[in-house]
Amino acid sequence: MAMKKSYVDKTICVACGVCTKVCPKQAIIIIKGCYAKVDAEHCVGCRKCEKNCPAGCIEVREG
Amino acid sequence: MSKKWYDYLWIWTMIYFVLGFFNILFAWLGMIDFLVPLGFAIFGGNKYFCNSYCGRGQLLGKLGSKLSLNRATPKWMRSKWFRYGFLCFFLSMFGNMIFQTYLVGAGATTLQEGIKLFWTFNIPWGWAYSAGTVSDWIAKFSFGFYSLMLTSTLIGLIVMILFKPRTWCVFCPMGCMTQTICKIKNKDDT
Repeated sequence: MAMKKSYVDKTICVACGVCTKVCPKQAIIIIKGCYAKVDAEHCVGCRKCEKNCPAGCIEVREG
Repeated sequence: MSKKWYDYLWIWTMIYFVLGFFNILFAWLGMIDFLVPLGFAIFGGNKYFCNSYCGRGQLLGKLGSKLSLNRATPKWMRSKWFRYGFLCFFLSMFGNMIFQTYLVGAGATTLQEGIKLFWTFNIPWGWAYSAGTVSDWIAKFSFGFYSLMLTSTLIGLIVMILFKPRTWCVFCPMGCMTQTICKIKNKDDT
C-alpha cells in the first residue's frame, strides 16, 4: 500500500505559512507568496499540516 | 528547529496595544505592520511577512494552541467572495479613517478623544492623549488607526476561539492583498 502524503489545493491556499511551521520534516515551502507546496519525498503523512491549516486546503491521501 | 529573533514578534504585538493604551500616539507604529508586508510583496514578490514576521499571527497561534476549539473554518469564510469582500470593506473603512483625519486637519470637525470598536462602538480613550501635544490630525489618525488595529485583532481572537488558531489569516486583508500582489507579480512562474 502506498504511503499517504499531504496534498495542497493551491486554488484555496492563502499562503499563510502555518503548515511550514508545524511540519516536523520541513517538507513544505511557500512558493513565491502564492501557495504551499509539499515535497512528497520528505512528507511522512503525519497530518500536522492538515490539522493546522486554517484554510482547509491540505488533504492527506494516497497519491 | 531553533528559534529566531522574529519568532518572538508576538511580544511586539502585545507591547503595541499596551503602548497605545497609555499614549495613543504610539498607534502610528502600527504603520510598520501595514508597510512592511506590502514592501515584501511589491519588491520581493513574497509573503515573508505573513510567513515569519507577523506578530499578530504568532500571537493567535500561541493563544489558539490553548484556547481554540479547533473546528474547521467555515467554507464561506474561506471563499474568495468573503476574502475579497472583507478586503474591500476593510479598505473602505481605512479610507474613511483617512477622510475623517483630513476633516479634523481641515478644521471641519473637532477631535474626539476616543476609539471606535468594530466600526460601531465608541469607547472613551481620553487618558491616552493630552490635547495639544501634536496637531489634531496626527492625534485623530492615531485614534482611528488604533481602532482599526484593535478591532481586527479582536476579530482574530474571536475566530481563533471559534475555529482554528489562525483562521484570521484566511481573510486577513493584508494577507489577501499581499497574496494577490504576489500572484500578479509571479503569474508566469507559479
